[in-house]
Amino acid sequence: MKVTIDGKEIDVPKGTTILQAARMIGPEVAPPAMCYYTKLKTSGGYCRTCIVKVTQGSTANPNPMPKPVASCRTEIMDGMVVENFISPDLLEARKGVVEFLLINHPLDCPVCDQAGECKLQDLGYENGSAKTRYEFKRREYEMIDIGDKIKLHMTRCILCYRCVKVCDQITDNRVHGVVHRGDASEISTYIEKIIDNDFSGNVIDVCPVGALTDKTFRFKQRVWFTKPVEAHRKCTKCSGKTRVWLKGDEVLRVTARKDQWDEVEEFICNECRYDHKKTSDWTIEGPSHVNRHSVISQNHYEHLNDLKLQILKQQKALGFMEINKRP
Amino acid sequence: MGRKLLIHNDKVPGIHSLEVYRAHGGYASVEKALKTMTPDQVTDEVKKSGLRGRGGAGFPTGLKWSFLAKPEGVPRYLVCNADESEPGTFKDRYLMEIIPHALIEGMITSSYALGAKTSYIYIRGEYFYVARIVEKAIAEAYEAGWLGKNILGTDFSHDCYVQVGGGAYICGEETALLESLEGKRGNPRIKPPFPAVAGLWGCPTVVNNVETIAAVCPIVNMGGEEYAKIGIGKSTGTKLISASGHINKPGVYEIELGVPVEEFIYSEEYCGGIRNGKKMKAVVAGGSSVPILPTELILKTAKGEPRLMTYESLGDGGFQTGTMLGSGGFIVMDEDTSIVKNLFTFTRFYHHESCGQCSPCREGTGWMEKILKKFLNGTANESDVELLWDIQSKIEGKTICPLGEAAAWPVAAAIRHFKQEFLDIAKSKKFVDVSHYDKLYKVRA
Repeated sequence: MKVTIDGKEIDVPKGTTILQAARMIGPEVAPPAMCYYTKLKTSGGYCRTCIVKVTQGSTANPNPMPKPVASCRTEIMDGMVVENFISPDLLEARKGVVEFLLINHPLDCPVCDQAGECKLQDLGYENGSAKTRYEFKRREYEMIDIGDKIKLHMTRCILCYRCVKVCDQITDNRVHGVVHRGDASEISTYIEKIIDNDFSGNVIDVCPVGALTDKTFRFKQRVWFTKPVEAHRKCTKCSGKTRVWLKGDEVLRVTARKDQWDEVEEFICNECRYDHKKTSDWTIEGPSHVNRHSVISQNHYEHLNDLKLQILKQQKALGFMEINKRP
Repeated sequence: MGRKLLIHNDKVPGIHSLEVYRAHGGYASVEKALKTMTPDQVTDEVKKSGLRGRGGAGFPTGLKWSFLAKPEGVPRYLVCNADESEPGTFKDRYLMEIIPHALIEGMITSSYALGAKTSYIYIRGEYFYVARIVEKAIAEAYEAGWLGKNILGTDFSHDCYVQVGGGAYICGEETALLESLEGKRGNPRIKPPFPAVAGLWGCPTVVNNVETIAAVCPIVNMGGEEYAKIGIGKSTGTKLISASGHINKPGVYEIELGVPVEEFIYSEEYCGGIRNGKKMKAVVAGGSSVPILPTELILKTAKGEPRLMTYESLGDGGFQTGTMLGSGGFIVMDEDTSIVKNLFTFTRFYHHESCGQCSPCREGTGWMEKILKKFLNGTANESDVELLWDIQSKIEGKTICPLGEAAAWPVAAAIRHFKQEFLDIAKSKKFVDVSHYDKLYKVRA
């Protein structure tokens, strides 16, 4: 089946979604996705950041689709034509979605462990605006421990349902879900229950924001000061292939390996994740490739000058005075 | 007098019982369909009748039925959507409360057409007493042999169950209803697949409104072509309208589609004019989610033609100058009504009822409510009108289910037609008393 995304054509098998097809073409046309996760069935469709415009439904039915569709849950039809980054309307719509995700998200990046590898940070950076139009009190929740190793900070949650799907699909005895509704919805466990199984730690890896964090790593170190290496050990529960984050010779945390799209390659067990914090426990294969697109990298690497100009432009538009001209 | 097909017997004493209902010609359509017609013939009659879904969207029922997948060895279901939760709509309650057997008769006839051995009536939690009435009627029908094994000696068997919902607006959306019926959290599913292919427990399912199902009985009795003669163009048959607001005679009226709006509001047969001799200011023609229209646009279209109570005429001019027939929740407002206050009520409702699955609706509805609260508090600025407009445009069409649109349309229409009122409030900085809301609900802002 042929599909054209942003003018690039690709042949894909039946049943492929628009998002998957776009990822096959490459990152230049792939829409951002906050809730979709390739390895989790029925994930996606919630966050609406991956919306795209379908300007031609198929060869058989060349009409455009009336509304933007969630690319992660829409299967392609033969001859479909999709617009993503080339459509200004769509980018405006996506900006709206990002704004909705951000209005109740706390601005606690400076103290959030996810900062630096946060999908929402990246998304806000790429599609958000410099100033908020939301002037009301943001939603707040108490922090909860789910299990002795996982901290749930619901205030940061964007309700992507990924952790719910992990608990549903890769572990048995589901005790984790969403309670309440509307903007009062929260991720929670059954009353007095904790998530207690060998693979529970994976909810941390799938969380796109800092809502679920590793208590053994919390406040230890900013992620950009740690060095990720691919490592493995013999494990009876999982493949034992992990990514180990080092500071000097110290193992600060262990996570699953992630692919180009920031999705876990193989889920790992809690033993590997929490109980082996010595370098001698691991056979180190070599440095991990880290995708340098995050906000933090932007400040350090090749785009620094562009970035400064961009910030200046936004500040001017907002009526800020240039720093050196201030009285 | 317009013809009545659904509630013509509503004043007969004891019509809720099977005995009286039968004596007034009840269950004739079941007899006719089961004894003299094949299921496909029944579907054909419904197609010929041009009946359109009465729940709000107005999708042709016959077409919906013909989409139903019919794989071998897989059960099919008919589900009746009695989760009538659109503010301003109360026609289904009236029908189920007064003539419950009309619904059950329709369920049997429709199920026969669809080949469904089991059907469910999903009633909203607030209608608990109505559920009891319907359950009692079902028990009567079982006893008299209208439900159960081998109905009327034919080989058609059918079971009908009532399920009471928890009272969520979102469960009126068909896929959320199915989730709720399956015992899960009432979140809308992502479509496709549509219920006609994978609905209840993954089986092909048709979900129809109470009124739609009840309308199948007169269609089978009188024939689809005869039914199609009532009404105008593609709006055929009769429709129940729940009239409320500042009118002399609020209530449920059955109209022949095609009655002029002006006649509906001012004639003695229907609403009986605006109460206390006031002037009309605006009308919400089809339940709270459809765009509000000012008097001049509801009585006449932008082209100057008189507006009729049909799907097409009310929709004339698109959303710029038109509205929708929707579910038939006809809310009339007099000259003293504050559109902003009314909009706040609607928006608060949608905020409260958003399921929270997808972000534009979850965050946007609450945001809009808070901004409208500012208008009522007298703290809004003129720029807030623009902001409100921008927020609604970013919710509309970006969500999983139509709740996003339902929340965005009233805001858009109120600003489109009554922008000056918003600006005046913003300028005057006057406080509008809404303390009664705070007593009812905790309003966060």
